[in-house]
Amino acid sequence: MKEKIIEKILLLIALSSILILALITFFIFEEGLPLIMKIGPKAFLLGEKWIPSKGLFGIFPMIASSFWVTFGALLFGIPLGLACTIFISELIPPSIGTLFRPAIQLLAAIPSVIYGFWGLIVLVPLIRNYFGGPGLSILAGSLVLGFMILPTIITISEDSLKALPPSYKAGALALGATHWQTIWRVLIPAARSGIVASIILGMGRAIGETMAMIMILGNAVKMPSSFLDSARTLTTNIGIEMGYASGDHRQALFATGIILFFIIMALNTLAIFLSRRRVH
Amino acid sequence: MSKAPNPKQNRFGYWELGFENYLGFGIWNLGFLFLLLFILFGLGCQRSKAGITVAGSTSVEPFAELLAEEYMIIHPKSHIYVQGGGSTAGIEAAITRTANIGMSSRNLSGEELKLYSVTVAKDAIAIIVHPTNRIGNLPLDQIREVFSGKIMNWKELGGPNKPIDIVTREEGSGTRESFQKFVMGKEDISLGALVQDSNGAVRQVIANDASAIGYISLGLVNDQVKAVSISGVEPSLANVNNGKYTLVRPFLFVFNGEPVGEAKSFLDFVLSSSAQKLLLKEGLVPVVQRLE
Repeated sequence: MKEKIIEKILLLIALSSILILALITFFIFEEGLPLIMKIGPKAFLLGEKWIPSKGLFGIFPMIASSFWVTFGALLFGIPLGLACTIFISELIPPSIGTLFRPAIQLLAAIPSVIYGFWGLIVLVPLIRNYFGGPGLSILAGSLVLGFMILPTIITISEDSLKALPPSYKAGALALGATHWQTIWRVLIPAARSGIVASIILGMGRAIGETMAMIMILGNAVKMPSSFLDSARTLTTNIGIEMGYASGDHRQALFATGIILFFIIMALNTLAIFLSRRRVH
Repeated sequence: MSKAPNPKQNRFGYWELGFENYLGFGIWNLGFLFLLLFILFGLGCQRSKAGITVAGSTSVEPFAELLAEEYMIIHPKSHIYVQGGGSTAGIEAAITRTANIGMSSRNLSGEELKLYSVTVAKDAIAIIVHPTNRIGNLPLDQIREVFSGKIMNWKELGGPNKPIDIVTREEGSGTRESFQKFVMGKEDISLGALVQDSNGAVRQVIANDASAIGYISLGLVNDQVKAVSISGVEPSLANVNNGKYTLVRPFLFVFNGEPVGEAKSFLDFVLSSSAQKLLLKEGLVPVVQRLE
């Protein structure tokens, strides 16, 4: 009987989390869809001007900025993340690895506002002084996001390296391959699906980041044309304008959320799909 | 419960329940969950009845907080909750009575005019630049051209050869609306302008960027930034009072119907000379002319 009660309680908790997800989805669509229908999906998705006070709700610059910033983050994050993964899992003794691992996981525990603050105080003035422009830029955002996605990339790709049968490494070494050849030619390709999944999850993290980006991207609603331009992503558009929005403007922010919802869903589905694929 | 289906033991030795059974429990439990939430919610509402809520413009918020603190010292039994959210949200909160008092840093328009509103103070908007900027005076039409993106280099204003970084507030902000009305008129603020979501954030960006220009409440100008004169008129309390400085907006308290009880008492306090003196000290322009 006691077991049943506990079972019920657990079921309740599990169900309520699904219910909450369903409610969030429902409300985002209920609030946002009417506006997309009102101004037309094309004008909303491909419109280049966002001037809510004049009824112009084009989010194309923000979609582009979101991908631009994310791409920049991957540019920094992937090489750094992969290097860390290889270093921790292959090149240093496991005892030292246990020191590194918590340090990297700690990166994930730092609140994003701290990353944003650090970017604003340290990176932005550097960029302004050495590259010109206002400093609040895609470059600054990409660098900060690159650091923020490191834990995701490193943890998951290290797990996928660890999950490989030991015979892969032993076999490669027995055939006379050097340690580096084994890593680069055997282990990494074999763990490819897990590594790609980690990158895609990192991408999801990057696209969804809001607080740090509000602080360092500058939030201009213009189509960015270089890494030194200020930009506004989908998330920061919602974050920065939610407080004051009402009527159509508010709905347009929910509609921005719908687009974000689809992008994140697509990325997560892709990551799940890729990580399930077996290595042959 | 007597008709519950016989649970079957599965191969792991755990008791398996039918799917319908799960669903049944789920729905009952959800019912309990909602009941629980309801009770909690009810308790929460009960508690907030002990005080009044003042919500709205983030420009008014810091001053309202200050006044609320003072008020609560004089009236220890009452409690005033001050929340931000923006002018529009504040007015809406007053309409729906979510808040007893809505704070607005812009004039009411359209439907909103039916509300009972009181100007509790006035605030000037200052155009600010980096303290090292040599430019100390700008004509209004040049400011407009800078913010609309027609003038893009300080050189054109007599400064160094450096691109201008425009800093503005986000759409819907009361400060932005006032700036749009007073300075821009029908022109749009450049889409390339940096957007920050508070007076403090604008000031921070301009304090760090030697080629930036922006606008914030006069009361929040400090020595990190420099407020420029507009067409030769210096942004000062004296010039605001004598009407020479025109970038002035009202800080409104908005009520749904005549204020009563605690809300009325707080309003009276805010309009008292001691409270107005406090606002003057904080850089606002008092509405009560004679302050002893």
